[in-house]
Amino acid sequence: MSDSDLLLSMRGVCKSFGVVQANQQVDLLLKAGDILGLLGENGAGKTTLMNILFGTYQADQGSISIQGQPVEIHSSADALELGVGMVHQHFHLVPRHTVLENLMLGRPGKGGRLDQTGARDRLEEIGKHYGLKLNPDAIVSELTIGEQQRLEIIKALFRKAKILILDEPTAVLTPKESEGLFSALRALADGGMGIIFITHKLYEVREVTNRVVVMRGGAVTAVVEDPRAVTEGSLAQMMCGHELTPPEKTTSQLRDPLLKLSGISTRIPNRPFLKDVDMVVHGGEILGIAGVSGNGQRELADVIAGILPPSEGKIEVKGNTITQSSPRKMQKLKIGRIPEDRMTTGLVTTLPLFSSMVLPWINHPNFSRLGILRLKAIREFTEAMISRFGIRAIGPEVRTGTLSGGNLQKALLARELAFDPEVLLASQPTRGLDVAAADFVHRKFLELREAGAAIILISEDLEELFTLSDRIMVMYEGCVHGEQNIADASVEKIGLMMAGAEAA
Amino acid sequence: MHLRLELREHTPLWLNLALPFSAVLATLVLCSGLVALADANVIDAYSKLFLSAVSSRFNMVETFVKAAPLILTGLAVTVAFKAKFWNIGAEGQLLAGAMGAAFVGGIESLPTFSLVPLMIIFSAVCGACWALLPAVLRTRFKVDDVVTTLLLNFVIFYIMTALLDGPWKDPLSGYPDSPDIRMDAEFPILLRATRLHLGVLLSLVAAPLVWLLIRRTTLGFSISVVGENPEAAAYGGIPITRVLIYTALISGALAGLAGAGEVGGLHFQVMAGISPGYGYTGIVIAMLARLNPLGVVPAALFFAIVVTGAEAMSRATGVPVFLADVIQGTALVTMLIAQLFSTYRVRTHLSASE
Repeated sequence: MSDSDLLLSMRGVCKSFGVVQANQQVDLLLKAGDILGLLGENGAGKTTLMNILFGTYQADQGSISIQGQPVEIHSSADALELGVGMVHQHFHLVPRHTVLENLMLGRPGKGGRLDQTGARDRLEEIGKHYGLKLNPDAIVSELTIGEQQRLEIIKALFRKAKILILDEPTAVLTPKESEGLFSALRALADGGMGIIFITHKLYEVREVTNRVVVMRGGAVTAVVEDPRAVTEGSLAQMMCGHELTPPEKTTSQLRDPLLKLSGISTRIPNRPFLKDVDMVVHGGEILGIAGVSGNGQRELADVIAGILPPSEGKIEVKGNTITQSSPRKMQKLKIGRIPEDRMTTGLVTTLPLFSSMVLPWINHPNFSRLGILRLKAIREFTEAMISRFGIRAIGPEVRTGTLSGGNLQKALLARELAFDPEVLLASQPTRGLDVAAADFVHRKFLELREAGAAIILISEDLEELFTLSDRIMVMYEGCVHGEQNIADASVEKIGLMMAGAEAA
Repeated sequence: MHLRLELREHTPLWLNLALPFSAVLATLVLCSGLVALADANVIDAYSKLFLSAVSSRFNMVETFVKAAPLILTGLAVTVAFKAKFWNIGAEGQLLAGAMGAAFVGGIESLPTFSLVPLMIIFSAVCGACWALLPAVLRTRFKVDDVVTTLLLNFVIFYIMTALLDGPWKDPLSGYPDSPDIRMDAEFPILLRATRLHLGVLLSLVAAPLVWLLIRRTTLGFSISVVGENPEAAAYGGIPITRVLIYTALISGALAGLAGAGEVGGLHFQVMAGISPGYGYTGIVIAMLARLNPLGVVPAALFFAIVVTGAEAMSRATGVPVFLADVIQGTALVTMLIAQLFSTYRVRTHLSASE
């Protein structure tokens, strides 16, 4: 195949950061009509490669051709000019503006004026062609996450993108929204676009892509021409370099109830209200909480963690009623929390790792006496956690924010497990983690469960919920919409309940 | 070729030490054009500017005396900014402290030995109280602290002028100055026949103490965490409101102490011009020190040297004294740039074809 037949060819791309070789002699070819899966663990070099294509980084070596023409991409403006569009995990939208205004942003107007009607027609046309429909006058902040993502894709189409990069697009979607995305992507590919789909979810690769490039340690380790012909297991092996077996769940003995909520309601403006939530979790079990994001899971977690005082209802920990809950009080009662967003609510990216690691424990007698820090003990603790959890960091002094996502999550986990929590509240603990890191987290949860702790697992990843949970509770519009034992539950049933259907 | 910034994993010590020096050097190079414009020899002018401050015992002492209030306001701002409590009000807190010290120093009924310690304590309390107000407004009612701390400077300044024009007017001189404090309330002089007073020592001791507070205590830890990521602090069980209130109290107390030094060690009274903007200069000093309490001392000394030396330079070479202001301003800019290099490293990228 000569390069002129190809929409995109990247050849011999090398890129290093300091001593780390992020990309080594990477080749990536894309034809019109392709949906190319780019599969790899965190740190495999997928994002670096795509950032080179999108002009965020420059390659140290190698060449890029688009439609047979050698090109140089120095900035995202260059990339857009050349027809490369990218949908990032974090959207770049103006939340207070309408869909149409966001689409016209940075576009040449007509004689210095915004071209409203032109944009409107174009949007309608895209809606008809690809099933990407949006109300042009809706305010972006009122759209669902799925709709915002659709807007990002439409934005790329507005700029006449021929190549569309999607960075883990389904991480934020419900199963149904993912389906919608996949059919839109198929329509776009049929229309002659080339799509690069970054993911580490194996079933998605088999579901939607027609070719897969697997990366590991900065290099391409495999190219699979027909993803449906290979098993998920062999894809996982290509990605990790070794076989992965799902963690085995032993039957664990149900112990006394550790945490009980009854009739919990909240009324915080601009956040979903909790309405009369009852919940109980026992030692030795994992309670999964399913639900489309924004149905009160975060509020529930905040109530349990003591951040959000409920307006009504009762919280009982080990049979004692808690009045005036606070994060510190909940910590003292051995309730640990892995917050949903590790960068903003978990760790302090600008401070050294050891500061992040002892943040909730700073008043613990191991780490301070009479208000004076015991820095040596703090450093030793951090070093111990680094080695015990295999956190890749050069030492306790390293700036927290320079760690990769998987390592940040390991650090958080290490921190919360350090003083043997009896209840662990984990929100989206494996979001954005690669298979190996997620597997690590899952195994830790199961260990904890065996040791008799209670785990509340809030997740939008149904696969994760089904592998780990003993019971699954579904949240819908701030209420507990149903609950099923894992033996009776099925993805279909839970999926329906997540969408608001009554439990059968 | 492209330049890019990359976050450093951590900053080596030598770099932290070398950057301020490079910043000062860059400042001098940048300002040399102005010196040349004034028809003076650059080397001559700079040597006068920097050497006159250390040329005699008297000048050296004066430099420290000038630096003392700057060290304290610089520390005040450092503590506050660490917690991202934007205290622009060190000026007002200094005035509150000065008035407190002058008030206590004038009370006839107090026993002699208690005067100086009481002045020091009371000035700190006054400064702390004046800083407490904006802290409460921010934590209770979410009122922007930049605005309140800044505007409260003017409020207390006019309260002070009203006092000086009314009940506190010196009956002897008739000027809008407060009556002198008692002789026994004057701060002891540490070096005979100079103006090196207790307040200078206080400021020099305060710097390492504040450093210890920030680096070695749970409160200091909480201050940094609240400043860097309040959300993570809340999730981690750190009582943010309480930490902010403590921060404000400490910050205000430090600024108040600066006022005590000026009253007890130099002027022995309060007058309208008691602070030529020490509180505002403290902000620049804190930035220059990159919010490191130990860095505040050299930063304040640098400013004091430049201010003291500017007159000598002007007399000898004819370069206007305003060069001191230009140097101070430029130093802030170069230092902020240097700060960027301590957190990030610059990488050059050669694109494939080059």
